[in-house]
Amino acid sequence: MNDMTMAVRKPADSTVRSNEPRKPIYLDYQATTPMDPRVLDAMMPYFIEKFGNPHSRNHPHGWEAEEAVEKARKQVAELIGADEREIVFTSGATESNNLAIAGVARFYKDRKNHIITVVTEHKCVLDTCRHLEQEGFEVTYLPVKPDGLLDLEVLKQAITPKTVLVSVMAVNNEIGVIQPIKEIGKICRERGVFFHTDAAQAYGKIPLDVNEMNIDLMSISGHKIYGPKGIGALFVRRKPRVRMIALIHGGGQERGFRSGTLPTPLCVGLGEAAAIAKREMAQEAERLTKLRDRFYESIKARLPEVYLNGDLGNRIPGNLNISFAYVEGEGLMMGIKDLSVSSGSACTSASLEPSYVLRALGVEEDLAHTSLRIGFGRFTTESEVDYAADRIVEAVQKLRAMSPLWEMAQDGIDIKSIKWAAH
Amino acid sequence: MAYSDKVVDHYEHPRNVGSFDKNEAGVGTGLVGAPACGDVMKLQIKVSPEGIIEDAKFKTFGCGSAIASSSLVTEWVKGKSLDEAASIKNTEIAQHLALPPVKIHCSVLAEDAIKAAVADYRKKHQA
Repeated sequence: MNDMTMAVRKPADSTVRSNEPRKPIYLDYQATTPMDPRVLDAMMPYFIEKFGNPHSRNHPHGWEAEEAVEKARKQVAELIGADEREIVFTSGATESNNLAIAGVARFYKDRKNHIITVVTEHKCVLDTCRHLEQEGFEVTYLPVKPDGLLDLEVLKQAITPKTVLVSVMAVNNEIGVIQPIKEIGKICRERGVFFHTDAAQAYGKIPLDVNEMNIDLMSISGHKIYGPKGIGALFVRRKPRVRMIALIHGGGQERGFRSGTLPTPLCVGLGEAAAIAKREMAQEAERLTKLRDRFYESIKARLPEVYLNGDLGNRIPGNLNISFAYVEGEGLMMGIKDLSVSSGSACTSASLEPSYVLRALGVEEDLAHTSLRIGFGRFTTESEVDYAADRIVEAVQKLRAMSPLWEMAQDGIDIKSIKWAAH
Repeated sequence: MAYSDKVVDHYEHPRNVGSFDKNEAGVGTGLVGAPACGDVMKLQIKVSPEGIIEDAKFKTFGCGSAIASSSLVTEWVKGKSLDEAASIKNTEIAQHLALPPVKIHCSVLAEDAIKAAVADYRKKHQA
């Protein structure tokens, strides 16, 4: 074990040239984001000085904390045009998704028992749906088009008189594509079906308005928007009213939807993160789009046979998901050790299948193994992007030179014509 | 995941990368794995008239452990007879590179690649 742990640091340092940044570059903003220092500043007083329980109704310490929590609730609501009374604080988007889907399904189960979702949803949505199937609910998992977007006609046809809920993510976590949320909301409202959207990757990144888009429930995450980890929220519409059965029982906080003492500093952090996003979203989106395009153009200009996964037009500014044909993703990541990116290859995770999201787009397995997700964010600089592009081009060229598949492709051999033995 | 020093060394300084002409009489070629599974190894051996492996080359599509496993075996097979080369076990490769359990299949593939190259050479020289 000893030499394994040492191995990580040594080569990274020895390959760094003097004019290169020494710290690893973070390009995985869809996994998580660092906290914005302004968020931390807002949170600090609520750990020691203003520590009260926001549910203590009878003394100044409680009032002080309650005031902070309610201000945060308003900030969270304002970013999506909601009323603060429609915001329920949770531990994060996973809990919000569980609560929204299971909570609504279980409340209305005597009347309706059918849920519609999409195959490219986050695991916490898909896994909640699997559990509900075991409870007797029927779930339809809709396919997506090759660009990653939902076909609205397919959705319309899937809705039945038994459908209680449609759950479609606003932005996909792997490929960053933006679903036609407004159109989906309209269809759901017309058909009298609740519409839930997992907006963990969308909230604070793209404009969202729960009324304009007819959204009934929306899951929100703190740590994807430069806020703290361990906090999220669920928007639950009041008119027309959405009812749910709680997952966590106790003192009846959060209108009975989510018992437990609210973590005041985390709520304040989420609120501040939302307020900053509201102020800066437009200009930040413009900046990130420029950075992303600069990176992508630089890669494409120097490397043949790179393929973008997911639609480019309907995509959040800070995401790229690229297949570098003939170079396996994990092998590639080893060649760019000072860049923190993520790979759609099976080898990087515990499962043996490559990314189910890429497979759902119809990306061939061999190409799915060659994909990298590159995420840009608030603290990404132009020089980091240029450096990252250089390193990736270098590594891909080196690995292609030693790839038997690249050699065959250069010799005009179609690798699909070969009978490979699966192993 | 952390890689062993030996895996990192083979990844950063791969031995014997390249190709021989597979139609040459003394060359045996093994191509194993599958693109859909995320790793493919091509191992080639050049065999002397006396039946000794004089040279070896590889190309690999795969993770660092797959690249290291194939790079390592090109070193190991040189100077060996066909029977000796074909008797190299995946466990020796895995042990030498300190591969973690999830990467054992890379060493299995490298063993298969040697056996496939030897078999290819023998098939050519049967007649």
